[in-house]
Amino acid sequence: MATAKHELKLGRATREAFGDALVELGRENPNVVVCDADLSKSTYTHLFAKEFKDRFFECGIAEANMVAIGAGLAHAGKVPFVSSFSAFLLNKGFEQLRVTAAYGRTNLKAVGTHSGISIGEDGPSQMSIEDISLASSLAGFTVIAPCDEISMKELVKQAAHTWGPFFIRAGRAKCAVVYKPDQKFEIGKAIEVVPGTDVTVIANGLLVTEAVKASDILADEGISVRVIDMHTVKPIDREAIAKAAGETGAIVVAEEHLVDAGLGVRVAQVVGETNPCVMEFLGIENTYAESGTPDDLLDKYGMRAKNVIEKVKAVLARKKK
Amino acid sequence: MIYHAKSGHPGGSLSAVETLVTLYFDVMNHRPEQPDWKDRDRFILSKGHAAPVLYAVLAECGYTPKDQLNTLREMGSIYQGHPDMRFIPALEASTGSLGLGLSLALGMGLAAKLDNSPSRTYVMVGDGEIQEGQIWEAAMFGAYHHVDNVCCIVDYNKIQLDGWVKDIMGLEPLADKWRAFGWHVIQPDGHSIAELQAAFAEAAATKIKPTVIIAETVKGKGVSFMENNPKFHGVAPSADEYKKAMEELQ
Repeated sequence: MATAKHELKLGRATREAFGDALVELGRENPNVVVCDADLSKSTYTHLFAKEFKDRFFECGIAEANMVAIGAGLAHAGKVPFVSSFSAFLLNKGFEQLRVTAAYGRTNLKAVGTHSGISIGEDGPSQMSIEDISLASSLAGFTVIAPCDEISMKELVKQAAHTWGPFFIRAGRAKCAVVYKPDQKFEIGKAIEVVPGTDVTVIANGLLVTEAVKASDILADEGISVRVIDMHTVKPIDREAIAKAAGETGAIVVAEEHLVDAGLGVRVAQVVGETNPCVMEFLGIENTYAESGTPDDLLDKYGMRAKNVIEKVKAVLARKKK
Repeated sequence: MIYHAKSGHPGGSLSAVETLVTLYFDVMNHRPEQPDWKDRDRFILSKGHAAPVLYAVLAECGYTPKDQLNTLREMGSIYQGHPDMRFIPALEASTGSLGLGLSLALGMGLAAKLDNSPSRTYVMVGDGEIQEGQIWEAAMFGAYHHVDNVCCIVDYNKIQLDGWVKDIMGLEPLADKWRAFGWHVIQPDGHSIAELQAAFAEAAATKIKPTVIIAETVKGKGVSFMENNPKFHGVAPSADEYKKAMEELQ
C-alpha cells in the first residue's frame, strides 16, 4: 500500500535566505554590520549593502583580513557577519577564526556560502567539503548547516541573537523546501522531519531532502525510516542521537561533506558514548570532485536518495545479524 | 619578570617601553577604574610576545596587581606568556600569533566611527611581524576606508628571532611602502618621549588617512649587553645578566 509522500517543492538557495535574514536583522538592530570579500553578489550580502551602505564593509579579496576586521568590530560591540565562499572563508581565514574569534572570544558570525560539491561548474578549488570539520575544531564555536530557506533564515536570525562565534554553512544551489513557514527551530536541537522505527537517517544540508525522499520510497517497501535534520553540528543534539540509536538500533549519517571528518564522525562519537548500534556513513569519499552541473555531480558522487537507500539497506542487513 | 619566568622576550619589550609609557600616561583617554568605558582609547599589542612591557604598564596604571608581575608565565597567573583576555579582561585583544592586530584595530576603528565615538585605537606591530601578508591586506583596507582613528606603531628595532631583519626579509624602503599604501607616515625616535608625543599629536590631527608611526628603536634598549643583540629576542637573562641589567636600569 502506497503511503502519503512528502511534498518537496523546489525553493530558493540557502544563500538567498541568508541574504534576506541579514536585511531583516539590519532593520531590527543597528549594531548588525556585514563584511564581504568581493563576492557579495554571490553570497547575497549585496542586499544588506544596498539598504545599509554605512554598515557594509567591502574588504576586497582578502578573507584573512576580513575575518579579523570582523573580530575587531565585535570587540567594539557590533554584531558582525563576515561572508565569502565557504572554501575561502574557512581555509584562508582559519587562523583568524581561531585566534581572533574563537580564542579571542568574540561575537563573530562567519557565513560560508557555496559549500559542498553542488556549486557545480566552478570545480574543486571552490568546493568546500571540509568546512564543517574545520569549523567544528574551533573551541567555543557553534556550527550550523541548515537544509532549506526556512531553516536558514530563522537560524541566521537566532545566531545574531545568540552571543558567541558561529559558522553557518550555506549552499549555492536552489533546494527543496523541507519546512512549513511556522516550523520552530532551536540552535542545538535536532528536528525529526519524518518519524520512523526501523532505522534513522541523520542528515543536514541538501541530504535532508534526499533522506526524506528515501524514506518515502522505503515506506512503500515496508521500512520505517526516521529522518533527523541535524542542522546544528556543534553543539550536537546528544539526546536526539541517543534516542534514535536506542529506539531504531541502526543509523545512517548523510552529508555533503568529506565523510571522514564531518557530521558522521560526531554522531558516531555520541552513539558510542550512549547506545552503540550499527551505523553507515554517506558523504564525499576521500576525493575532490570536478566540474559539472550540480545534478550530475550529486549523481556521480553519490549524494542522492538512491544512495541513502543503499546505506539504509546495508545498515539494516547488519542490524538483523 | 622575564628573569623570574626563566623565559620570555626581553629585547622587544625594552624597545617598546617609551611608546607604551607615552600612550598610557599621556596620550590615551582611558579609565583604569572603568576598563569597559565605551569611549576609551584602545591599545592592541599585536606583537604579543612583548607582553611583559604591556603588563608592567597596565599594572602601573592600576588595571592589574603589581605584586603579581613576577608570576609571569606561571600556570594560573593572569600574566600569561602572551596577552590573554580571558585572564585580563581589560586587554582589548588576545594576541600572540603575529599579523592579526592591525586588522582588529581597524575593526574597532570602524565601530567607533559608526558610533560617532571619539575613541582612537592604537596598535603596535613588530618590524619582523610586518612580513606577514595580512598586515598589508589591512594596510590597504585602512587607507581605502579612511580609518583615520587608527594609529599603527611599528617598533622598528631591526631584529627578529633569527637575526637582523635585513638579513631575514628586509623591509626597506619601509616608509615608502606605507606611503604607497596610503598611510600618513611619521618617523620619530622611539626612545624620545617628546618626539613620540609630537608624533601621536600629529597622528590625531591627521584626517582621512590613517597614520603609521615607524618608531626608530633599539632592541634591548637600556641594557648594554642586550642592545642590538639578537640573542635577547626570546631568551631570559641568566642570574648574573639579570643583576647587571638591573644595575644599569636603576
